[in-house]
Amino acid sequence: MVKDNFAWIKKNLPEGIKFKDEKLAKDRYSKIQLDPGEAIGVVTAQSIGEPGTQMTMRSFHFTGVAELNVTLGLPRIIEILDARKLPSTPTMHIYLNTPHSKDKNKADKIAQKIKQTVLEEVTKEFTMDLANGEVNVLLDKDELKRKSINLNDVYEQLSLQVKGADITKKTASISVKLKDNDIKKVYKLKEKLRDSFISGISGITDVLAYKSDNGEFIIQTFGSNLKNISEIKEVDFSRTRTNNFYEIEAVLGIEAVRAAVLREVMHILSHEGMAIDERHISLVSDMMTRDGGIKGITRHGITKEKESVLARAAFEIPLDHLVEASVRGEQDNLVSVVENVMINQPVPIGTGLPELFVKMDGAKPKASKAKKKETKK
Amino acid sequence: MSYVFIDGVLQGTVKDAEKFVKNTIKERRAGKFSKNLNILYNEEEDIIKIQLDKNRLRRPLIIVQEGKSLLTSKHLEELNAGKMSWTELIENGIVEEIDALEEESALVAMNEKDLTKKHTHLEIDPIVIFGMNTSMIPFANFNPSTRLLRGQKNQQQGTSLYALNYLNRLDTNVNVLHYTQKPLVKSFTQDMYGEHITGGQNLVIAILNYEGYNMSDGVVVNRASIDRGLSRVSHYRPYAAERRRYPGGQIDDIKVPDKDVQGYSTEAHYKNLDTDGLVSPETHVRGGEVLVGKTSPPRFLSRLETFSTAANIRKDTSVKVKFGENGTVSKVLLTESKDGNPLVNIEVRDTRPIGVGDKVSSRHGQKGVIGHIANPEDMPFSSSGTVPDILFNPFGMRRMTVSHLIESLGAKVGALSGRYVDGTPFSGEPSEDLRKELEELGFRENGTETLYDGRTGRAYEAKIFVGNIYYLRLKHQVADKVQSRARGRVALLTRQPTAGKAMEGGLRFGDMEKDTLIAHGSSLLLKERFSSDKDIVNIGDRSGDIAEYDSFTDRFTSVVDPKETVSKVEMAYGFKLLIEQLKAMGIRPQLKLKDKFKQKRSKQ
Repeated sequence: MVKDNFAWIKKNLPEGIKFKDEKLAKDRYSKIQLDPGEAIGVVTAQSIGEPGTQMTMRSFHFTGVAELNVTLGLPRIIEILDARKLPSTPTMHIYLNTPHSKDKNKADKIAQKIKQTVLEEVTKEFTMDLANGEVNVLLDKDELKRKSINLNDVYEQLSLQVKGADITKKTASISVKLKDNDIKKVYKLKEKLRDSFISGISGITDVLAYKSDNGEFIIQTFGSNLKNISEIKEVDFSRTRTNNFYEIEAVLGIEAVRAAVLREVMHILSHEGMAIDERHISLVSDMMTRDGGIKGITRHGITKEKESVLARAAFEIPLDHLVEASVRGEQDNLVSVVENVMINQPVPIGTGLPELFVKMDGAKPKASKAKKKETKK
Repeated sequence: MSYVFIDGVLQGTVKDAEKFVKNTIKERRAGKFSKNLNILYNEEEDIIKIQLDKNRLRRPLIIVQEGKSLLTSKHLEELNAGKMSWTELIENGIVEEIDALEEESALVAMNEKDLTKKHTHLEIDPIVIFGMNTSMIPFANFNPSTRLLRGQKNQQQGTSLYALNYLNRLDTNVNVLHYTQKPLVKSFTQDMYGEHITGGQNLVIAILNYEGYNMSDGVVVNRASIDRGLSRVSHYRPYAAERRRYPGGQIDDIKVPDKDVQGYSTEAHYKNLDTDGLVSPETHVRGGEVLVGKTSPPRFLSRLETFSTAANIRKDTSVKVKFGENGTVSKVLLTESKDGNPLVNIEVRDTRPIGVGDKVSSRHGQKGVIGHIANPEDMPFSSSGTVPDILFNPFGMRRMTVSHLIESLGAKVGALSGRYVDGTPFSGEPSEDLRKELEELGFRENGTETLYDGRTGRAYEAKIFVGNIYYLRLKHQVADKVQSRARGRVALLTRQPTAGKAMEGGLRFGDMEKDTLIAHGSSLLLKERFSSDKDIVNIGDRSGDIAEYDSFTDRFTSVVDPKETVSKVEMAYGFKLLIEQLKAMGIRPQLKLKDKFKQKRSKQ
């Protein structure tokens, strides 16, 4: 079997590439292959777990360009493996198409375009008229100009979002008047107006264009919105990435999530200076995405999928699992490791995997027949 | 107009606040007010706070006027001669105690030479930044603060002469160090504690590797030194037996138990008892042997049993020496307990020479465990024939405990010249002077010497740093901790080995250890490791329930169907217990059995 695979690799080598020492290559190849019955899951867990213990003690758990701090380190790994719905610091790396990616000014311009602007940022002053139930928004002209937003845009956005109030446009300000006056509501209205979305891409609260190692300008954002970013034509969407897996799943599908989990975890590990083989992490990301959805390594995710009742009960909240299994009348076939350890039987892994059959009842074993059966199996 | 608060209560107003505060302090120093008064003018809030209440932590400082300390050499002379006392210093307005409040307005100089006209106070000595124990570390001002904290902690754990009347006391689990010595390099605080409170010995150390035996904080000790009593301790443990009374006129009996009492251990265990049921002083006892023979009446008696013969079966509640401990009975004390019952207190003493696995430490947070006891002929020696007591690994110096080296140097000077060296932090003898003195004594000024390897007789190529260091033996001793078992007691419920040293327990092969065996694929080793509680359980073939033993038919039968055939299955007793506990929850697990050989054959 080893030989066959190696032959396949030899045949499919990229053009112009040859083995210098084929024997050595074959030898190495046979060494990196796993033996049947190798406990890859446990080895993976240990390979991540052991260096992980050191990670807790040292390391800053944050990093990022300038003021954009992104959670890294152990908290982030836990977040990924638990498959949380929202990352604690959602962030995107937006790559740009050629003319924009080479120029700092152009990149900055796009960054500003992407950044979500709320009313507070373009406002000089909010004045409240409690008697009339009115909030007057005095807009900042310079700021509006810098962000290339005109008063009409603000007016339109506000009229879309603010309900139950009359909005009137003035020369440099907008006044919002409540239909039914109530002092408490005026305060609430003011607070709501502060955070009203005006322009940009919603969810992206901060942006920063930075120069990458190869001289290209990349926009890093705080907040993520993959779908809307994909609609901007200056963006090189094929390279753009986010750390929100559920967005990736919605826009690009589960295979992209699998790759993203692998890339994110590997990124954190390399940032920490931990040399963990990529194949361990790819096993984890495979397991997390294997049934078409994102499943965390928790009792609600992967562990819930385990076939064995006892194995599930061995991992957190045993009573619930046992009771539920008894309601369903489940059967445990004792095929996996944990349950066999529990009942003190050889576990079907490593040396416990092969079984030896001996002909009993005094029947004479026939060499040729036995061989045939082996091959049949 | 500033408001004046006394103990937090508004009392009135003052026009010129600064002048008022100045005068108040002046008059307090002159003795017109209580020395207990502290005052502060808060400029921001424009209020004056005066504190007079009790239990404030206050800090004594020397008063400074016009940039000059009020404490002069004349005062010091008088203090030394005993003509003046601390209270007089305070009464005369030379030293005052200020609290956290007044501290806000004080500018304190650390040293007298730093004084300027702005200063209001002078620190008595920079050593006050340390606590009692930390200030006992000689030359502590040369160390990283983390090491000082550790050094302080280690001193707390040191064995010593913990109380002068220890022979008349009964303390739980205490150690008394034999041959305690005063440290050669001591700080001022050591003298304040008193000469008899010492906890270590001045040992000769060489900073040197010795094979691998002193790697990572290991320490190699000279066997000859141990034979001469290096860091030997006596360990004391008290035992108590009370002759209790029970309701119903029942009473404990202190005597050699009869053989038919419940829980009687082997006869050999009672051999030390005299006819009165007590051991005599100076008997050597071992773990498990009985110190006080005691029997108690059976505990829960129903009314019926009170009249039956079974009621006379008493329980053995003898006091036994703790498992794993040996010793000599040093005291047998007959007294009375709080409730007026007769009480026997017995103290067992054990002399423990230091050995491999015991923990030692210097005062600088350089603790280590003894890794090897080298024969004296194998130890390095100097040209004068000096053999070090302890070999300390040079890699320990990566912790930058400079004081460790300076103490070593200072103690060497002290040992050679026969004097105590002052190692008080900040004000001890400068290491330059010590070096000079060492050179005058005929040694290399940096403390190194040519040492010869005891095993080969060759001189080490490097010059080895040799000096004396005050070493403490810490209370963590192997004798208290070492434990092993091959077989023994099991817990009643789970039939798994007991846990913990006191119960003669095993070492748990835990979940993570289990995972390593799985990762290696050593399935059968794993099974063997966990088979301490394996049991053969009878399972009904059809129902899958655990079968019960039927004494009428003398065989195992299923509860559900008595006619059902039964198979013997080997499994962990813990799993059988789980099944039964699930049944108690109302869940009925059934085991479906297959003959694994038959099954495969039918497939063929």
